Amino acid sequence: MPKENRFLPYLREDRLPHIFCPGCGNGAIINAFLAAMEKAEMDFDNIAMVSGIGCSSRIPGYLKCDSLHTTHGRALSFATGLKTANKDLDVVVFTGDGDAASIGGNHLIHAARRNINLTVICINNNIYGMTGGQISPTSPKGSFGTTAPYGNQDTPFKLAELVAAAGATYSARWTTVQIENLVTSIKEGLKNPGFSFIEVATQCPTYFGRKNKLRTPTAMAAVMKANTVFKSAADRMKPKDLEGKIVVGEFANTQRDEFTENIDKISVEKFGKKTLINSAYTTEL
Amino acid sequence: MAEEFFIQGNEACAKGAIAAGCRFFAGYPITPSTEVAETLARELPKVGGSFVQMEDEIASAGAIIGASWGGAKSMTATSGPGISLMQENIGYAFMSETPIVIVDVQRGSPSTAQPTMAAQGDMMQARWGSHGDYEPIALSPSSVQEFFDFTIKAFNLAEEYRVPVFVMADEVIGHMREKIIVEDSIEIVPRKRPEKTDDYLPFENIENGTTPMPAFGDGFNIHVTGLTHDERGYPDTNTPETHDKLVQRICDKVLNNKDKICSVKSENCEDADIILVSYGAPVRSVVEAVNKTDKKVGYIKIDTPWPFPDEQIEKLTANAKDIIVVEMNLGQMYYEVDRVCKRNSNVHLMGVIGGLLPTPDEILEEIDRVGGN
Repeated sequence: MPKENRFLPYLREDRLPHIFCPGCGNGAIINAFLAAMEKAEMDFDNIAMVSGIGCSSRIPGYLKCDSLHTTHGRALSFATGLKTANKDLDVVVFTGDGDAASIGGNHLIHAARRNINLTVICINNNIYGMTGGQISPTSPKGSFGTTAPYGNQDTPFKLAELVAAAGATYSARWTTVQIENLVTSIKEGLKNPGFSFIEVATQCPTYFGRKNKLRTPTAMAAVMKANTVFKSAADRMKPKDLEGKIVVGEFANTQRDEFTENIDKISVEKFGKKTLINSAYTTEL
Repeated sequence: MAEEFFIQGNEACAKGAIAAGCRFFAGYPITPSTEVAETLARELPKVGGSFVQMEDEIASAGAIIGASWGGAKSMTATSGPGISLMQENIGYAFMSETPIVIVDVQRGSPSTAQPTMAAQGDMMQARWGSHGDYEPIALSPSSVQEFFDFTIKAFNLAEEYRVPVFVMADEVIGHMREKIIVEDSIEIVPRKRPEKTDDYLPFENIENGTTPMPAFGDGFNIHVTGLTHDERGYPDTNTPETHDKLVQRICDKVLNNKDKICSVKSENCEDADIILVSYGAPVRSVVEAVNKTDKKVGYIKIDTPWPFPDEQIEKLTANAKDIIVVEMNLGQMYYEVDRVCKRNSNVHLMGVIGGLLPTPDEILEEIDRVGGN
């Protein structure tokens, strides 16, 4: 008998098997999330998840919590409404590079600007997996995709840096090769009372790998590992030497006013009224 | 004691929202609806509600859906360009059966066109704006009082049927000032919380097709998706029967209750030769024209353009030779009236664009033209 995964109680077992491809990084990231959640001593029953569209956005559907699987790119706007309506919930957003940085780019920078207390796990596989291997806003320059048959000419976004610049109070990047660091950052993000963004560079052997001569997950992991530069080292390197590298580490870890607290503060301080929760269910307002 | 106020239409809408129990508003500035947002930005904190100015209308629609699952009655207000942007998330709200209220203070269109002028060019967008099959509910106020009343009614209908409900106002109603009376006791429909049983299914076909909806955090651990889903809410995108059953139920829960949802008002229709059919601001001129004319002319005011009140209109127009649809577009609800009435009557369109309300005299001229002088 194989040993049962200790995180199985957190899963909707009646939804298994999942749709992820063999070698996909999503499984390792779910494990990392659940480990971090336990380390942060979170109450799993109080977690609500929101996601958009794409492979990574399917994760909440497999976890036994309230989950809102929304429209492409818009998860953060739904999450903003959910968290504001009930700030007692711990709201976690799962998203991908296409979902968060392309179609949802505007929502991403504005959620960071508001410093709303959400924990966002952005699974960056540098490609559109669900639709079959098109290039994304984080595809490396020169990489191949079904919509870049001659190689991608565009410069990719650096998401963790972008979100830090937009005002997130916690932002970090790791890869699926540094699971322990990833667990620590997700834990930090869950505990941070503000906008937390954890980017995870991951392997998509099915599409990115196939198009870029990296057909196995181990080959992809080896390349990721070889290209990883820790932020402390990267800070001393020239931009030219950092081309094509994955800089890992923390890009923001600070504190400032949180969005839903500010809304509550106005109600309480000016009008002596706490923000109501679950008011739809009553006529006594 | 009932209270009286002399206020603007958009302010009355905001007041109605708060009276109905709305405690979350997300929006983006757009003329001529902005006063709804401005009023709620001022008033919601006083009653423990939340106001959020989002980065665009797409996000506004997303936020109110999220807030609704968070347990708050929620609303947004916009105009044509914003309604265009919201359509994908509106479709999501239909598919996920999320109660929300969308106020559209219509302006000259298409595109940015006439921000400060009135129009009724978004009526078909309320009906068909998002992709796929669904049955919307829409209300059209013709006065400031009705903008208040219909906003409350919109929240009640949204809760009763777990659907997005549109309040299709226009610039005239949004910006005019009139007296409104606010009664002491206003009927509001609270959301029904499901019972926690082992066999609870969040998307089951019970009662009149609408299942009670839990809030996130209630412990139901439910999955909500825009994908075709089974009664548990789990995606099942490849089984034709699952899709058919789901979408059919989402449509039927509104269609099977049309007699309760649809509302029209009418006068002098029984023996009229000509019947004017209108909704929203133009009704004001229609009523005046009917009072002025010495011909046998009646009118029908449609309170609920969607679902279209086929039966009421067919019955009321059974004896009319001619029907004139008065609306501020080049023919939208006209085609609905024509579909229902063409067997018995000649259906004419008086479509006025440009931003000005058709005047009673212009309508009288149309009556003369159609009826022969």
